[in-house]
Amino acid sequence: MSHGLFRTEWVAGEPPDIHHMDVPTAYDAAKLGMWLFLATEILLFGGLFAAYALFHWAYPTEFHHASKELNWKIGAFNTCVLLISSFYAALSVDAAQHNNNKKVVRYLLITLGCGLIFLVVKYFEWTGKASHGLFPGTSGEHGAFNSPEFNHSYRMFFGLYYCMTGLHALHVIIGMAILAWAANLARKGRFSKRYYTPVEVGALYWHLVDLIWIYLFPLLYLVG
Amino acid sequence: MTSHQHAANPAQNYLNHPKGVWSWLTTTDHKRIALLYLFTILLSFFAGGVAALVMRTELMFPGHDLVSADTYNRLFTLHGVLMIFLFIVPGIPATMGNFLLPLMIGAKDVAFPRLNLLSYYIYVIGALFGVAALANPVDTGWTFYTPYSMDTGTSVVLMTAAAFILGFSSILTGLNFIVTVHKLRAPGMTWSRLPVFVWGTYATAVIQTLATPVVGITLLLLIMERLMGVGIFDPKLGGDPVLFQHMFWFYSHPVVYIMVLPAFGVVGEIIPVFSRKPLFGYRIVCLSSLAIAIIGFVVWAHHMFVAGISDTAAIYFSIITFAVAIPTAIKVFNWVSTMYKGSIRFDTPMLYAMGFVFLFLVAGTTGIYLAALAADVFYHDTYFVVAHFHYTIQGGAVIGLMAALHFWFPKMTGKMYNETVGKIAWILVFIGFNLTFIPQFGLGMEGMPRRYYDYLPEFQSMHSLSTIGAYVNAFGYSFALFNLLWAWIFSKNYAPANPYESLSLEWQTPSPPPTENFVETPIVTDWTYGYGTPLKSGAH
Ligand code: HEM
Ligand SMILES: [Cu+2]
Repeated sequence: MSHGLFRTEWVAGEPPDIHHMDVPTAYDAAKLGMWLFLATEILLFGGLFAAYALFHWAYPTEFHHASKELNWKIGAFNTCVLLISSFYAALSVDAAQHNNNKKVVRYLLITLGCGLIFLVVKYFEWTGKASHGLFPGTSGEHGAFNSPEFNHSYRMFFGLYYCMTGLHALHVIIGMAILAWAANLARKGRFSKRYYTPVEVGALYWHLVDLIWIYLFPLLYLVG
Repeated sequence: MTSHQHAANPAQNYLNHPKGVWSWLTTTDHKRIALLYLFTILLSFFAGGVAALVMRTELMFPGHDLVSADTYNRLFTLHGVLMIFLFIVPGIPATMGNFLLPLMIGAKDVAFPRLNLLSYYIYVIGALFGVAALANPVDTGWTFYTPYSMDTGTSVVLMTAAAFILGFSSILTGLNFIVTVHKLRAPGMTWSRLPVFVWGTYATAVIQTLATPVVGITLLLLIMERLMGVGIFDPKLGGDPVLFQHMFWFYSHPVVYIMVLPAFGVVGEIIPVFSRKPLFGYRIVCLSSLAIAIIGFVVWAHHMFVAGISDTAAIYFSIITFAVAIPTAIKVFNWVSTMYKGSIRFDTPMLYAMGFVFLFLVAGTTGIYLAALAADVFYHDTYFVVAHFHYTIQGGAVIGLMAALHFWFPKMTGKMYNETVGKIAWILVFIGFNLTFIPQFGLGMEGMPRRYYDYLPEFQSMHSLSTIGAYVNAFGYSFALFNLLWAWIFSKNYAPANPYESLSLEWQTPSPPPTENFVETPIVTDWTYGYGTPLKSGAH
C-alpha cells in the first residue's frame, strides 16, 4: 500500500495498487473523469465556435472570400490523416484488451506518426499563409489585410483561423504526449485485459481531438 | 460519550504521520491538500484585505489623501482578482470540500488523489503569474472588459494568464469531486442520504467543470488579442466588445454560485446540529442547489442590461434572474424552519450560520432590485451593486467559510478553540461587515458610482462610516483567525471525536482523523439528520 506521490512497483498486466478504491471502481472513475474532461474541452472550443458563428453571420461574403485563401485539399489530407490515426488508436485499445502489448505499441506509434504528419503539414500551411501577410496584426505592404475591400473581416477570419487551428494543434500535441506515455507503458508490457485504462482514456482523448478537427475543417476550409 | 474529553489525540493521525515538510508538499491525502489550500487562500484573503483597507482609507475623506487615481484603479483590480480568483472560488470547495467530501461519503480519499495535488500546484503557478503581474499592476477591474483591457499598458496578459491557470486548477478540482461523489460513496450512502454539504459541493463542482472552460477561452482570446491583434473583441478591427462581456459573464455569473453553494451546504450542516432538529425539507434543499446551478447558467446577461443588449434579451434575462431567487428563498425558509422550535445552542459556528442566513437574505433581496430592468439602469455601476455583491460574497461565502472553519476545527486539528474569543470576534465581524456595507447601499441609491477614488463632499459621512466599518470588520476576521491559529498551536484542550454530537460520518472517526479516514469502511443505514435530542455535551 502506498500513499506517496510516486508509485513505482508494479506487476506486468496487473492494475496498479490504488489504496483507496478497488480495481473496477478505479477503471470506471478514470473513464468518467476523462469524459468530464472531454466535456470541458468541448466547452473551451465552444467559445471559439460561438465567436465564429457570430462573425460569420456578421460578415458572410468576406468570410467566404477569405476562406478561399485556404487550400481545401491540404485540409482534406489532414482530415484523412487524423481519421486514420483515430482508427489505429481504437485498434490499440482492442489490442490491449487482448493482452497484446506489442500491437499496442505498434498501433500507437502509427497514431503518433499520423499526429506528427498532421502537425508538419499544419506548420507549412501556417508559415505559407503568414509569408503572404495573412497573419493577424501584420501590416506588411503585400498583406491582404491591407487591401481595402477586405481588411476587417479578412482579418477576423484569419484571426479565428489561427486561434482555432492553433488551439487544436496544441491539443494534438497534448494528445500525442498522453499516447506516448501509454505506448511506453505498453512497451514495458504493462497492459492486459485486466488493466488497460491508460490506453483507453488516451484514445478517448485522441478521438476528441480528431472530432474537433472534423468540425474545424468544413467551417474553415469549405463553408467559409 | 463523556462530555469533556481532554485525552490527547490518537497517537497517529493524518497530521503527524508521515512527518516532514517534504511529506506535506508531496502529499496525496485530501485532508493535507485541504490544509495546503487553506493556508494559501488565507494568504490571498489577507493580501486582498490589505488592498481593501488601503482603498477604504483613501475613501475616508473626499479628495486625494493616500493614493493616486491610477493607483486606486490598480488596487481595486488587485483586490478583485485576489478575492475572486485566488481566495473565494477555491475558498470553500478546495479547502472544506477537499477535507470533508471523502469523509462525509465514507471514502478513503477523492477519486484522483494525485490530480488533486496537481490542481493545487497549478493553483500555485497561477498565483505566481499573478505575482509576476504585480510588476505593472493591472487597472482594468477584475472583469477585464474590452476594449480598455486591450489598450491599457498594464500587465493584462500576465494577469489574465494567471486567471486562466487558476481556472484550470478549479476545473480539475471540480472534475475530481464529481467522480468522487459518483464512484466512491460508502455502502448504503445513497444519493438521498448524502449530507447537504456534499450536495452543495457536487452542484458547485458541476459549475466549476462546465463554466470555467468558457472563461478560459475568453481570457485566452483576450491574450491573443493583445499579443497578435486578432480583432475578435476589438471594435476598431470589426470585433465586438459586447461578445467579451457575454463570454465573461457566461462564466462569471455561475461563478457566484461556485462561491456560495458550498456555503449553503455548510449552513445546512450546522443549523440542524445546533438546533437538534432534522434538516427541514432535506430533499428540496438538495434539489434547490441543483436548480440554482442549472438556472444560474442562463441568467448571465443581467450584468449587461445597460451594455446595449436588445430589449427582448433584457426582458428574458430579467425574468430568469427573478426565477433564481425562488430556489434561493426556498433554502432560507428551510434553514429557518429547521430552527423553528428547535433547542438552539448559540455556539460560534451557529452564530456564523445564523449570521449567514441574515446577510444572505439582504444579498438576495437586493439582487431582486438589480434584476428589475428599470431599477438597474440607475443602480448599475453604483455602490449599490458593490454592497449587493459583498453581501453575497462576503456575507455569504466568506461567512460560510468562517462557519465551516469553526465548526470543523475540532475535526481538522483535534483541538478546541476558545469559545468566548470566537464569539467576540463574530460580533466584530458581524457589526463591522454591516457597518461597511449598509452605508454603501445608501451611497448607491444616492448615485455614487463604483470604482472612483474621489467623491462629492455630500457623500462623506456614509463613506467615513463605511471605512470605520471596514477596519472593525478586518479586526474581527484577524481576531477570529488568530483565535483558531492559537488554539491549534498552543491549546491543550483536545477535541473528542464528536464534540457537537453530529450524526454525520466525518464525526464518527477520531479527531483528527487517521490517514485512512476510517478504521473500517463505514456502512450507512440512515440519512444524516435524524436529530431529536438536545445538545447536552460538548465544548463551551
Ligand atoms: C437572489 C439572487 C441574486 C440575484 C437576483 C442577483 C442579481 C444581480 C444582478 C442583476 C446584478 C447586476 C447588477 C449590475 O451590475 O447592474 C448582480 C451583480 C452581482 N452579483 Fe448578484 N444576484 C444574486 C445573487 C448573487 C450571489 C449569490 C452572488 C455571489 C455569491 C452574487 C454576486 C454578484 C456580483 C459579484 C455582482 C457584480 C459583479 C461586478 O459587476 O463586478 N449575486 N447581481
Ligand atoms: Cu450575476
